[in-house]
Amino acid sequence: MAYVAVKGGEQAIGNAHAWLDEARRGDAALPAVSVRQIEEQLSLAVDRVMAEGACHDRSLAALAIKQARGDLIEAAFLLRAYRTTLPRFGASLPLDTGAMRVRRRVSATYKDLPGGQVLGPTFDYTHRLLEFALAADEGEPPVPAPEVPADGATAPRVTGLLAQEGLMADEPPSDAEPGDLTREPLEIPADRPLRLQALARGDEGFLLGLGYSTQRGYGNAHPFVGELRMGEVAVEIAPPELGFAVEIGDILVTECQMVNQFAGSRHEPPQFTRGYGLVFGQGERKAMAMALVDRALRSAELGEETGAPAQDAEFVLYHCDNVEATGFVEHLKLPHYVDFQSELEKLRSLRAAVAAGAEREAAE
Amino acid sequence: MSAAPQDAAGGGTLAGYNFAYLDEDTKRMIRRALLKAVAIPGHQVPFGSREMPLPYGWGTGGIQVTASVIGPDDTLKVIDQGADDTTNAVSIRRFFGRVAGVATTERTAEATVIQTRHRIPETPLREGQILVYQVPMPEPLFRLEPRVAETRRLHALGDYGLMHVKLYEDIARRGEVTISYNYPVMVNGRYLMSPSPIPAFDNPKMDRMPALQLFGAGREKRIYAVPPYTAVRSLDFEDHPFRPNRADAACALCGSRDSYLDEVVTDDRGGRRFLCSDTDYCERRRAEQ
Repeated sequence: MAYVAVKGGEQAIGNAHAWLDEARRGDAALPAVSVRQIEEQLSLAVDRVMAEGACHDRSLAALAIKQARGDLIEAAFLLRAYRTTLPRFGASLPLDTGAMRVRRRVSATYKDLPGGQVLGPTFDYTHRLLEFALAADEGEPPVPAPEVPADGATAPRVTGLLAQEGLMADEPPSDAEPGDLTREPLEIPADRPLRLQALARGDEGFLLGLGYSTQRGYGNAHPFVGELRMGEVAVEIAPPELGFAVEIGDILVTECQMVNQFAGSRHEPPQFTRGYGLVFGQGERKAMAMALVDRALRSAELGEETGAPAQDAEFVLYHCDNVEATGFVEHLKLPHYVDFQSELEKLRSLRAAVAAGAEREAAE
Repeated sequence: MSAAPQDAAGGGTLAGYNFAYLDEDTKRMIRRALLKAVAIPGHQVPFGSREMPLPYGWGTGGIQVTASVIGPDDTLKVIDQGADDTTNAVSIRRFFGRVAGVATTERTAEATVIQTRHRIPETPLREGQILVYQVPMPEPLFRLEPRVAETRRLHALGDYGLMHVKLYEDIARRGEVTISYNYPVMVNGRYLMSPSPIPAFDNPKMDRMPALQLFGAGREKRIYAVPPYTAVRSLDFEDHPFRPNRADAACALCGSRDSYLDEVVTDDRGGRRFLCSDTDYCERRRAEQ
């Protein structure tokens, strides 16, 4: 019996995988979608998979999306499983997002500011009316957007502008190498670099819901988008044997600096505090949600009232990873015959005891 | 329920859509909610908020209210942060231009319907005008009590102790109320109401305003209203009267010392300029000078 079950299982798995391959390909009469097409035309899906997969590689992320049939959590999982096999050479220097080649930069706190407001490629002001013309395959490529030559003006960060006036809480820089969640297990309490690392890899939907809850009274946030920017930044490393920094490439990132009210404490005057979000690619929703949750997680150290879900570091950090979460939730479909058998026996014995007690009572 | 399109206005609108986007049944439902809201000033009326082609948070509540009250003869003005030229105001104005084909204006005095986010125009409104506010969080107590079922009970009982204690604690700890925008108001002596995130500076304009004030919260699915000439009082204490604030400066363009000002950063060495947030008011003043 057991022998048959194992052999049957092997064959079943083989057949399931063949079916999966077939289902992934879909109607074979249609051309297959190429990894390059995914990279170019589903670029926001690629960005999300890179962020949650914690690996900046557009073509690998696109491949993962193709292999995962468009299931983005499955794709992030594939990318993480590849990432974990790569050697770690060290940490980069902090990204200088102030020197970003800005594609998009908006501030909700100042109508105008040095560097200006740059809308960039955003859905923000589109009307959500289905464009049926897009359904026709071979549409003409869109007319290129008009380009304005860069005026060379830098776009200083809004939080820096506020800091000059002393209105922004000081966050002293540190040269310490941050921890690495992918090499060391998370320990609570986690310092802010580690929390941000967990949030940056965290599930967009989970962080979105948590961030939203802080706006609706569960955590009392008073956030303003000081600034949201997206563009290319250089990544630098300083190998110890060289003794100086070298640029190893440019990556596209989205950064959100959320400015939040802080009432002050016995040691600090009332001031603004920062919630910070940074993600690979164009991931505004994630960067903003991350900044809200980052700020909520600081409530204890700032001496604010705590108790809301988004303020509970252990709750947030242990549950924001969608690869971990999907694994544990979905594992429930694996066989649990043995445990369930013991539960069955336990339940029967408990019921028997209750029935015996009832009989005894009736007899007395 | 008739499946036939009920095109209220005919030409000038987007093919395939009713005048002002919403179907007439939806508009009727919203108008009923509006009538109830006008009858009970400051009371939040739940309504069957629809999915709109703009995202939640962009003004879906205000847009639904505007769509329900606007007619082909109306003239619409849309402002965001007091200005007609802000991206979201432009987008919403274009939306109504596209789906309703109504006349639009930037002049406060010429508009019959004004949809706003975060400001009340400086030019006093008159009878017959409608001011439609976009509201993110209709519940004035949500920071103190996030559960909607509980706040509904508090409103029913007129129990606003939570908010009075919050203001009292602010004064006891900081010497003043720390709320600078979305400053809670008492409407007609009965309902505590969120004025939407307008600066506290604008609150006094709500009191006994000749125009009808309508508030739409799309995501939270609530509508409320302040009928013309209704008393709207910003919460305060006798010994700590309500004190709105504005930047202590004059507009760099029109010189106004009375209007609400935006701070504009001019360089990264601390340079600042102040400009009227109400662009129409500022232009009218400059034209008169």
